[in-house]
Amino acid sequence: MSQTRKKLLVDPLVDNNPIALQVLGICSALAVTSSLKVAFVMSLAVIAVTGFSSFFISILRNHIPTSIRIIVQMTIIASLVIVVDQILKAYAYEISKTLSVFVGLIITNCIVMGRAEAFAMKNTPIDSFVDGIGNGLGYGLLLMCVGVVRELFGSGSLFGIVILNPVSDGGWYVPNGLLLLPPSAFFIIGFLIWGLRVWKKSQVEKPEFKIQTVEDH
Amino acid sequence: MSSEKNNIFSKFKNLPIDSIPKTILVAITLCLFCSMIVSLAAVKLKSIQQENQVRDKQKNILQVAGLYSEGINIEEAFGSFEPRIVDIESGLFTDKFNPKTFNDLKASSDPLLSVALKDDPASIGRRSNYLTVYLLKNNDGTIDKLILPIHGYGLWSTLYGFVALEEDTNEIFGLQFYKHAETPGLGAEVDNPKWKAQWKGKNLRDKDGRLMIQVAKTPGPSKYHIDAIAGATLTSNGVNSLVRFWVGEAGFEKFLNNFKNGTT
Repeated sequence: MSQTRKKLLVDPLVDNNPIALQVLGICSALAVTSSLKVAFVMSLAVIAVTGFSSFFISILRNHIPTSIRIIVQMTIIASLVIVVDQILKAYAYEISKTLSVFVGLIITNCIVMGRAEAFAMKNTPIDSFVDGIGNGLGYGLLLMCVGVVRELFGSGSLFGIVILNPVSDGGWYVPNGLLLLPPSAFFIIGFLIWGLRVWKKSQVEKPEFKIQTVEDH
Repeated sequence: MSSEKNNIFSKFKNLPIDSIPKTILVAITLCLFCSMIVSLAAVKLKSIQQENQVRDKQKNILQVAGLYSEGINIEEAFGSFEPRIVDIESGLFTDKFNPKTFNDLKASSDPLLSVALKDDPASIGRRSNYLTVYLLKNNDGTIDKLILPIHGYGLWSTLYGFVALEEDTNEIFGLQFYKHAETPGLGAEVDNPKWKAQWKGKNLRDKDGRLMIQVAKTPGPSKYHIDAIAGATLTSNGVNSLVRFWVGEAGFEKFLNNFKNGTT
């Protein structure tokens, strides 16, 4: 793999994470991270959709009229999402029941549209595919981080395996109910962004204005 | 023929990208192509998806009857159940429909097969006149357990489930919901095995036939009392009303009486 392609794949993981830096795709990150298993399947679905939609859009990029550009992108993304949804319903029925509407909502996930519009419309199919997979991985990585915190402290387990034995099953751990509710992901994502910017100073945005200091007379 | 085709194709390719014919052509081709892919996926996978749904329901029935354990052959285990359709109004079995193909949920919204409820504690709007119950038989053909479908509104969602009764139609063996969207950690504790275990051995009615079963916070006679879920008052109230509704007068009461007397 050439250096540029490798960069396309690895960059969105930490340096240009779609959730942490671009702050896209938050809604599904709130909804599907209360258990790791579900977050994992959702990540796989998003990786597949971003990768292939970027690929197909890039193939067609020289034939997409600008006036219906967004609609063409949406049609391709929507078709892929429906196919993914159907496959999940056929081969991962239990999980598709918990994911329910959120698979369908990948269509409106800003990451997918964002990569189509910002990258795939200007680059070759293979590059676009790699870029799509990279961004999907970046999304998945953050989802898994949030999922670990929420499932471990919210239900005392990881991937459904009990780690902290909760009181309701006769153990000692009192689960934090807030972590099972979607808003908790806001706090966790906030802290993750903070941590990431402490580590990677270049991600800190420049203040838009500076308060003027008044000189003494 | 093929050169002509090539010709049309290259003409299409060479049209100026933002011209109206090209825009329309791209839109039509893309839509046709995408709809083909989507229909293909839907049609090819439909049979597997339906199998999954049936298996999921069977799994839940096995669970409520206490026969499920990880890794068993669901179809085989389900063979010991006999599905029968009950006519709610008369309280008798009916052979009008084939239990294998009858859909309870569809019947609930069919005006010919259901009634609008005036007194509606379970908040379900309409109740089907025909519902599928499952009979679990012993090897010698006698009835071991009776499994009734129940549903009703909780806090956010309609809860769908089953209640399993012993052959005396009064003692509860188990209760289980297979579909709901209550708050995780609070209302969704209806799935907690500890809470569900409370239902085992409870009685629906007292000696005089009065409906006694109750989900409540305040303690009651232990034979009929289920402790409500802490922090989920509205879900608990919902479960209370829906169970009482379905075993009550507007629900399966007539059928249960007939069944006990052997007049079904």
